[in-house]
Amino acid sequence: MESSHPATVAGPRSGRSARRPGTARTVRLVAYLLLALAALGFLYPFLLSVATSVKSRAEVSDHPIMPWPLHWTNRAWDFVLLHSDFPRWLLNSVVVTVAATLLRLFIESLAGYSLARLRWRGRGLVFAGVLAVLAVPPIVLVVPRFLLLKELNLLNSYEGLVFPLAVDATGIFIMKQFFEQLPRELEEAARIDGANIYQAYWHVVLPVARPALITLTILSFQGTWNEFLLPLIVVRASPDLWTLPFGLSTLGRGGAGGQTFDYPVMLAGSILTIVPVAIVFVIFQRFFVRGMASQGLKG
Amino acid sequence: MSGDTAVSGERPAAVAGPTSGTPTGVPPAIARPRRRGGGIHGREGLAGWLFATPALIGLAVFMVAPILLALWVSFRDWSGLAPLSTSTPVGLHNYHDLLVRDGVARTDFAKSLRNNLYYVIGVVPTQTAIAFLLAVLVNQKMLKGRTFFRTAFYFPSVTSSIAIAFIFVFMFSPTGLVNTVLTAVLPGAVQLVWLDDADGLLHLLLRLVGVDSAPHALAAHTFMGLSWWDWLSGPSVALTTVMILAVWTTVGTFMLMFLAGLQNIPVELEEASMVDGATPRQRFFKITLPLMRPTLFLVLTLGLIATWQVFDQVYAMTSGGPQKTTFTPAYLVYREAFENSSMGHASAIAFLLFALIVVLTGVQRLVLRGRGD
Repeated sequence: MESSHPATVAGPRSGRSARRPGTARTVRLVAYLLLALAALGFLYPFLLSVATSVKSRAEVSDHPIMPWPLHWTNRAWDFVLLHSDFPRWLLNSVVVTVAATLLRLFIESLAGYSLARLRWRGRGLVFAGVLAVLAVPPIVLVVPRFLLLKELNLLNSYEGLVFPLAVDATGIFIMKQFFEQLPRELEEAARIDGANIYQAYWHVVLPVARPALITLTILSFQGTWNEFLLPLIVVRASPDLWTLPFGLSTLGRGGAGGQTFDYPVMLAGSILTIVPVAIVFVIFQRFFVRGMASQGLKG
Repeated sequence: MSGDTAVSGERPAAVAGPTSGTPTGVPPAIARPRRRGGGIHGREGLAGWLFATPALIGLAVFMVAPILLALWVSFRDWSGLAPLSTSTPVGLHNYHDLLVRDGVARTDFAKSLRNNLYYVIGVVPTQTAIAFLLAVLVNQKMLKGRTFFRTAFYFPSVTSSIAIAFIFVFMFSPTGLVNTVLTAVLPGAVQLVWLDDADGLLHLLLRLVGVDSAPHALAAHTFMGLSWWDWLSGPSVALTTVMILAVWTTVGTFMLMFLAGLQNIPVELEEASMVDGATPRQRFFKITLPLMRPTLFLVLTLGLIATWQVFDQVYAMTSGGPQKTTFTPAYLVYREAFENSSMGHASAIAFLLFALIVVLTGVQRLVLRGRGD
């Protein structure tokens, strides 16, 4: 984010409020208080979940808000890691996420470049089409995607989980935006040196596009990793192909109608599902922000 | 699609043209400089299509074709179990069932619309206001630790909807965190069974002032199979829980959008207004707010579009219950398609929802444009 010019703004503003130092201090105090409260509200649930996952079920209902366990127990983690299909779901999620992300990088960088830089008839029309597709809510596509995958014999298969996620309009949009900002001299120099379009793209343009490609990777990783609707309709009938979010949704339910919950187990599963995204988020935060910003552009 | 005609129109001209003129196979780039000025761009037409083709195939097969198929299925009677070819055309029957004919399909659809309407009315303004407040706070240059706070607020937005739903199921369980805190703060307050409570908030409010059952005028008249009294229930306690979750998970994203907008306001403008002696309040209302209108529009639109599609959370937290008070059109699409084996109904609901979203976004655009400019 633009944290590079705080001094210019802070200077005059703090100077002005310095006229009434008491008020300024109160305002700052209130601001900190609000921020701290909000941070507590956003982080405490995660903290509590971690603690709950190592509590016994009895302790969970006796002390539901304690952020640490009185008696540590591995029961929930034991169950999730060793006695449930969780490792299988994890593997499936990794396979699907990696495959979809690689396909997305390949397909969308090419398309973005084509739409941004190559002149061809129908380009404007195609881009308008991409924008239109961007506006279609995924839920509208549920039934027909099911139908289509059924006709293509892709239900209950990895391909069925990957292909529908292998291209999305947002990614094309991000790549196009990026390539439009690149100076044209870049490829023209390569072309004058004798490279053809494909060579120039591969050797000159793509290496420069790394920031955009990372943004796209992260967006795709996060989206595919968390995707719930597609596995629900595509692989519901084959537990061997369940991905993490869908497997998780079946975890820890007991009783006749599934009304009793094994909270430590549910939360251990939730934490494991969240952790990979959390790690990537902490390392690549600015790319998350950039991806979000470009998604915002489509509105 | 019209894109295809462009292909067939373009490719023969670009490829066949040069080849026929230069049978020795001289690269078209050299052969046709006259047509597009400059050899460097000579083969761009072909390359352009080549580069875009994988994406176009993907979008066509998994986006465009499904939309057209859905439209077609919405006019047919199909269980989803037998092959599609065995389905029968039923004309407008599916839409008729949902909008006109008295029956469970229409009542369910009406309930889902009612619930989602309350959901939108509750969630969109709340998340927008909180996101804006947090953005203004995090944007205060005098405060320390802004990066930490920004990260903390944004983090829930990037995590799995199902994981978050589970955390909320736990926190809002009868003996969970929320009830424990409520009891500590308000001893003797009613213990709520959040996710199993079908009472509407407006009905509960009316009960407080002694209105316990439906007044005759409201009970006697119905719209789409629901009495006016039922329409005016407000969101159920269970749905309110889902709403709280929705606000909690989306505020971070919208905060970042507002933050980007705030940081785009030219510093000179603020300085000039300060020189002119504007108070902080005047600056906020006369400069910041008007300049934030595009961002506000973006946030409201995205919020509106997203809240009309709520599905994952409903599936994981309540499965539509209690007493159908967390039915939403999106959930109903899933339920009709995969639990009631009525793909025709499901597709029709999906299209009505799509139309609703398009219309609402259009209206909002008009309203926000019309005001102020």
